[in-house]
Amino acid sequence: MSAEVQPTPSTVNPALPTEVEFKGLLRRRQARGKLWARFFSLSTIVAILALIALLANIINDSFGYVVIEYAVDPTTLAPDGDFEALTPEQLTQILVDDNKNLGVTIRDTLSVVPTDQFSTTPMRLVAPNAVLPEGTADKTLRELTPEEVFAITVTNVPQAALIARIEAEVTRSTVREAYALFESLTRRAEIEQEYLDDYGGATNTATDFYFRSWLNIDYILSGQSSNPTTTGIRTAIIGTLWIMVITVVFSFTVGVGAAIYLEEYSTGNTWFERLVETNIRNLSGVPSIIYGLLGLAIFVRLLEAITQGRTIISAALTMGLLVLPVIIINAQEALRSVPSSMREASFGLGATRWQTIWRTVLPAALPGILTGTILAMSRAIGETAPLIVIGAATTIFVDPNGPISKFTALPIQVYQWTARPQPGFRQAAAAGIIALLILLLTLNAAAIILRQRVRKGLES
Amino acid sequence: MGSQTDAGRDSTLKPASDDIFGKVRRVEADGRPVLDQRGRPGEDLLRYFLIFCAVLSIFTTLGIILVLGSESLQLFTNYGVNPIEFLTGTDWNPQSGRFGILALASATVKTSVIAMLVAVPLGLGAAIYLGEYAPSRLRSYLKPILELLAGIPTVVYGYFAVTFMTPLLRGILGPDTVQFYNNASPGIVIGIMIFPTIVSMSEDALSAVPRALREASYGLGATKFETIIKVVFPAALSGITASIIVGLSRAVGETMIVALASGAGPNYDWNPFVFAETMTAHIARISSGDLSYGSVDYNSVFAVGLTLFIATLGLNILSRWITNKFREIYE
Repeated sequence: MSAEVQPTPSTVNPALPTEVEFKGLLRRRQARGKLWARFFSLSTIVAILALIALLANIINDSFGYVVIEYAVDPTTLAPDGDFEALTPEQLTQILVDDNKNLGVTIRDTLSVVPTDQFSTTPMRLVAPNAVLPEGTADKTLRELTPEEVFAITVTNVPQAALIARIEAEVTRSTVREAYALFESLTRRAEIEQEYLDDYGGATNTATDFYFRSWLNIDYILSGQSSNPTTTGIRTAIIGTLWIMVITVVFSFTVGVGAAIYLEEYSTGNTWFERLVETNIRNLSGVPSIIYGLLGLAIFVRLLEAITQGRTIISAALTMGLLVLPVIIINAQEALRSVPSSMREASFGLGATRWQTIWRTVLPAALPGILTGTILAMSRAIGETAPLIVIGAATTIFVDPNGPISKFTALPIQVYQWTARPQPGFRQAAAAGIIALLILLLTLNAAAIILRQRVRKGLES
Repeated sequence: MGSQTDAGRDSTLKPASDDIFGKVRRVEADGRPVLDQRGRPGEDLLRYFLIFCAVLSIFTTLGIILVLGSESLQLFTNYGVNPIEFLTGTDWNPQSGRFGILALASATVKTSVIAMLVAVPLGLGAAIYLGEYAPSRLRSYLKPILELLAGIPTVVYGYFAVTFMTPLLRGILGPDTVQFYNNASPGIVIGIMIFPTIVSMSEDALSAVPRALREASYGLGATKFETIIKVVFPAALSGITASIIVGLSRAVGETMIVALASGAGPNYDWNPFVFAETMTAHIARISSGDLSYGSVDYNSVFAVGLTLFIATLGLNILSRWITNKFREIYE
C-alpha cells in the first residue's frame, strides 16, 4: 500500500477530526478509490486491446497487395500469360523447351506403382487408366523414346497439372513485396507508385501486381510448396484431423475410464486413490514440451517397431497423454454432478454396479464429459511444441494416409511459415492462423451448445 | 466401494439338491438364496480395465521421470559433465563440451520475469474489476472475451510477438537498442497469454470471500476501495498467490512464443533486448531437426528438459501447498 498517512481517526490522539476535516478526508479517500477503480477497469481494457491487436494483426496480414516477379516472363510463353488458352501440346512443349523431365509429370499424375519401381515397370502397369499410344504399353519409361513420352503426356496429363508444373518450375514466381491490408487500403496510390518505380509497373510483364486474399480455396486445397503463393494447408489439415481422431479415441477411452474408476469405484481414501488424484493435478501443470520429450523417447524411439518412428500414431499418443488430465478432471466433475439418488434407484432395481454406471450414470454425465473432451481437443489442436519435439515433418508433399505415415499439422505450418524471413510466408502463416482459429471456434461452439443442452436437461 | 461383492460375505456355499439344473447355488445362513453373488467375470474385467486407465496417469509421470532422468544421467556419465558446472556454468555448447545451463536458464528467467511484470498488475487489476466493480451485464460480456484469450493457441501468440510486439518495441526504443530477436517481446506476449489464467483464478479467490466480511468493513465506514484492499484482498491472498505461481509456471514452460521470438542461440546476457534462447526454445530448436538418438545433443536436450520439469513441478507443488496451507475457510 502507499506510504501516505492514513487519515483514520487515531486512537492515540483522542481528538477526533472535526466535521469539516472529516468531510475533506472522506472526499480524499473516495477520490483515491475512484482513481484505483479506473486503474482496475484500465487493466481490463488493456486485455481487450491486446486481443483486438492480436486479431487485427492477423487479418491485416491475410489480405493486401502483392508484387510478384517471374523468373521467366509468362507473356513470352503464352499470349497475355494465359496458359489456360494453350493446348496440351503447347503446354507440354513449354516444359520440353525448358529441359524439364516429362517422366516426373507422368509419375506424379498417372503412376499407380511405388516411386522406386516406376521407371522399370511396363507402362500398362504404371498407368492402367491412361490411353497409351501404339507400341508403348509394354515398354518401361526408360525404353520409351522422347516422342512417345511426349505423346503420353499430351493425351493423358490433365491441363491443370501441366500449368501447375510450368508455374512452379518454368515461370517460377517470387513474392517481392507483400503489403498489409491496412496500408493497401490507406496508401494505395503510394504502393502503386512504388510498384511503378521499383518494378516498372504494369508494362513490365515479368511482374504481377494485384490485391490478394491469402486465405483462399486454392490455399486450403493445395499441399505444401516452397512458394508462398502456391503453398497450402491441405496436407496439414489432413495431418491435424488424423491426430485429432486418434487422440480423441485414446484419451476419451482412457480418461473416462480413469474418471469412472475414481468416482464410481474408489472411495478416495486409500493411498492409491490419493496418489492418482495428486498425480493427475501435477500432470496438468507439466509443460507440453516435456510431453514431447516423453513421446520422443517412448513412442518414437522405444516403440519404433510399432509406430515406425515420427508418425501420426506417435504424435497422437503423445497428445493423448497430454490432454488426459483435462479429460479426467472434467469427466470426474460430470460424474460427480449426477445425483446419487439415480444410482441408488438403479441399485434398488437390482442392477449391478457396472449396469448402473453404463445405463444410468454415464448417459446422465455424457454431455458434461463430451464438453470436457471437446475443450481438451481444442487444446490439442493448437499444441505445437510436442509435435515439434517428436519431429513432425516440416516439408512433406504426400498426404498422410493412415496412422503410420509421416505428417505435418496446421500449427506446425504456422510456426514454420512465421519463422521464414522471405516476403509472403508471414502472410501464408496469417491465413493458416485464421483457418486454425475457425477450426477452434467450431469446436468451442459445439462445446457451448452441449453445455446449454446439459443445463436444459437439468432444469427439466 | 465394493458393496456388491462384500454384501454376501457371510453366505455359505451349499449344493441345492432341488436345483433342476444341478448348479451350485449360494444361500444365506437362513436359507434365502443370495441374489448378487453370481460371478460376473465381464464386470471384473471391466474393473481391471478401469484401474488400468487410472494407473496409466501414474505411468505417465513415472515415464517422464524415468525418461528425463536416464537420458540426463547418460549426459553426466558419458560426457563427464559435472553437475555443479551444469548448474552454474554460463556457456552452453554441447558440441564443444560446454554445458552451462545458466546460459539458457537466464533467458527463461528474463522472459518469465517480464511476463509476470505484465501479467500480475494487469491480471489482479482486471480480476478486482471483474469481481468487485463490473456490473453483471458487462461481466457476462467480458468473461467470454477472457476465455477466448485463454483458448488461442500459443503459436498464434508467437506470431503476434514476431509480427507485432517486436516491431512495436523496435519502433519505440529504436532498432539499435532492441535486436530483432530479444526477450522483452516474447516476455510481454507471454504476459498477455497468462493474463486470463491469473484473472480467472484470482477472481475465483476474491468471490470466495464471504459477503459478511465486506459488509462488516462497510459498516465500519470503509470505502469500497479500502474494503477491497484491506479486507477482501488479504482474505483471498492464498488463492491469488497460487494463481500467480501457476502463471509463472506456465511462463517458464511456454515454448512457441520464445521459439519464434527469442532467437536461435544461447546467450548469457541479462539485457532483455538482445537475443537469448530460453530452455524451452532450445529444446524445440534442437529436436526439430532429425536428432540422432544417443548423440550429445539428444542427451543434453533431455537434461534441459529435466531442469525445466523440476522447476515447473516445484512451482506447481508450491502453489498447491500455499492454497492448502493458507486458505482461509469461512463457515
